[in-house]
Amino acid sequence: MKKRFVSIWFRHLTTDWLTLRRPELREMPFVFAAPVRGRIVITAANVLAEVQGITTGMAAADAKAIVPSLEVVDDIPGQAAKLLKALGEWCIRYTPLIAVGMPDGLILDVSGCAHLWGGEQAYLGAIIKILRSKGYDARGAMADTIGTAWAVARFGRLKPIIEPGGQTDALLSLPPVALRLEPLILERLQKLGFYTIKSFIGMARSVLRRRFGQGFLLRLDQALGNEEEPLQLLQAVEPYHERLPCLEPIRTVTGIEIAIKRLLENLCKRLQGQGKGLRIAVLKCYRVDGQLVEVSIGTNRASYHIGHLFKLFELKIASIEPALGIELFVLEAPKVEDVDPVQEALWSPEGCGLADGCLAELLDRLANKIGGGSIHRYLPQEHYWPERSIRLSRSLQEKRATAWRTDRPRPSLLLPRPEPIEVTALIPDYPPMLFIYKNKVHQVKKADGPERIEREWWLETGEHRDYYYVEDQHGSRYWLFRSGHYSGDHSGQWFIHGFFA
Amino acid sequence: MYIESTLMPDTKKDIINRLRKDILLWEGFKPPQAGNAGAFGLGPVEAAFPNGVFPTGTIHEMVCPTLEQAAATGGFMAGLLASLMQQGGACLWIGLSRKLFPPSLMAFGVEPDRMIFVDLQREKDVLWAMEEALKCEGLAAVIAELREISFAQSRRLQLAVENSRVTGFLLRNDPRKVGTTTCVARWQITPLPSEPEGDLPGVGFPRWQVELLKVRNGNPGSWKLEWTDGRFVAIEEKIDVNELQERKAG
Repeated sequence: MKKRFVSIWFRHLTTDWLTLRRPELREMPFVFAAPVRGRIVITAANVLAEVQGITTGMAAADAKAIVPSLEVVDDIPGQAAKLLKALGEWCIRYTPLIAVGMPDGLILDVSGCAHLWGGEQAYLGAIIKILRSKGYDARGAMADTIGTAWAVARFGRLKPIIEPGGQTDALLSLPPVALRLEPLILERLQKLGFYTIKSFIGMARSVLRRRFGQGFLLRLDQALGNEEEPLQLLQAVEPYHERLPCLEPIRTVTGIEIAIKRLLENLCKRLQGQGKGLRIAVLKCYRVDGQLVEVSIGTNRASYHIGHLFKLFELKIASIEPALGIELFVLEAPKVEDVDPVQEALWSPEGCGLADGCLAELLDRLANKIGGGSIHRYLPQEHYWPERSIRLSRSLQEKRATAWRTDRPRPSLLLPRPEPIEVTALIPDYPPMLFIYKNKVHQVKKADGPERIEREWWLETGEHRDYYYVEDQHGSRYWLFRSGHYSGDHSGQWFIHGFFA
Repeated sequence: MYIESTLMPDTKKDIINRLRKDILLWEGFKPPQAGNAGAFGLGPVEAAFPNGVFPTGTIHEMVCPTLEQAAATGGFMAGLLASLMQQGGACLWIGLSRKLFPPSLMAFGVEPDRMIFVDLQREKDVLWAMEEALKCEGLAAVIAELREISFAQSRRLQLAVENSRVTGFLLRNDPRKVGTTTCVARWQITPLPSEPEGDLPGVGFPRWQVELLKVRNGNPGSWKLEWTDGRFVAIEEKIDVNELQERKAG
């Protein structure tokens, strides 16, 4: 397909922005100024100031002399870049390929987009009209190359849309500065009397190279379309993404549901054809008022199952606020993985395969509604210390590396942290005779132990624990321990840590 | 005359039995498949259920007012889960402030890594998660820790279960009020003093008083069970009498 580019030029980018922020500045001349080598130099001037002869690069003091009522505002470094980025992101509704052309423009790759708006004229008109209605003084041009579009946007006088192949004609009458050349070369061209491009475009390349260097030829070729020009895209286009522009802004849940289904159908068809499934999907809703609403879902295993993915999005629809309406839906799949063609069993060979797919989908639903952090699975770890004997596993597929130990008694319920108890113990290193837990006296009738568990000195320091498995007079079974060695005068050394079945 | 008089009650009994079976069938209790009876090894407890089979594919309610009872319930339930999970398939444990220590499940024949724990903050979320999980046909069982549940809420769960045939357990930890629910059975497990094996000192096998407070179409009752060598063993009443006497004497 023939490439088409739009270049948008914001003539008063920063001043327009400040006027929007402070409407009282609309009626008065004002400039941005920043110190440069000890002088306060104007970096941007608004229309009213420019009309009175104030230009960028002038000293602020001189400008004040010309226009005493001039308002001088401190320049905000990086503001232009920030604004261009925001404007570029807003323009994504017109094309996904957008680059920032510093210091004052945007470059849009609009190949194959214009017909959606009913032709190039209407397309460019729509963009510029909306930008102007928002208060930005924008000029735009469309051409086959970035260079020509840039030149026509800034210096063109006749028409903004250059028909395919018409770059040379469009450039002929423009000044050399339209070619984005370096100041030194521009000065040399000026000296030699080359005031328009047509005065040197017919010259032999070798002559031009000798006089102005390779960079000059490159710029010329880029403008004419003999050389490709790379674009630094504002947002890298995901390889898996689907767009759904809407004729009428969507405001209802039903509308959003239909949009999501449509997007999923297209995306999943593509994924299925390539044997892939998505792990993360992001739905971006571009609203009429320029806001962007994003919701994302994640899955435990790669999936291209429309029904399942839709269910996940269904839980999130409530958080999409359409306000005045959504005019563009974009569905992206930033993380895509190969789908196992065979639905292999998750846990054991005799487990039914379909059901396990079911389980993964169930966990997806739970994770998307209540957060993935609340779903746990535990695997054994080779530690005796009870708190450290299990380890969290995030993945369903992970197999245990060691066996679960059954040779030592372990309680059914384990308190999150051991609670101190009062005990009466007759003989050191014997289980206690009775203990008081929550103001209740428990007489120990039977006991096993002690099982001494040392702290792992390479992980932490502290006392060891002597665990006892005891049963009281009612038959309730507890897991008690004494922290550290026995010392008769030391109280609060005993703890309850768990309950046995 | 003699023949007739003996025949008549028999046929009546037959008719009543057949009608009972029909009613059960209409209520959704399938007659036991061959070899299915006694799969849980609960012995006399299973006889209390309709058709004499531990009902799967429904919801059981476990009432545990104290932590000690919660621990005992955990053990008893793990024993049931071991049979439920024999066919493969995972188990979901939805908890509010879960204290269950996964390695302990191994003692009752459940592999803790086949259990997925969902830890939530709000009871509302627990109910939602349980309903979603109960709709998922591949699961062996779903366990939810809940303090309160209303009749309407339990009916929602019952409806979910009727389609998917998943077995659900409701753990009522420290309930304020045990109201009416649609659950098929209400259990209460209380730990009992263990019996030492022979002359060995120390704590014996875990032993519980298993009470069936409510059974739909069954007979509530109370039994003593012990978990020995990976299975439930019913304790004869005779031993209990001795125990009582011993206690009195002590």
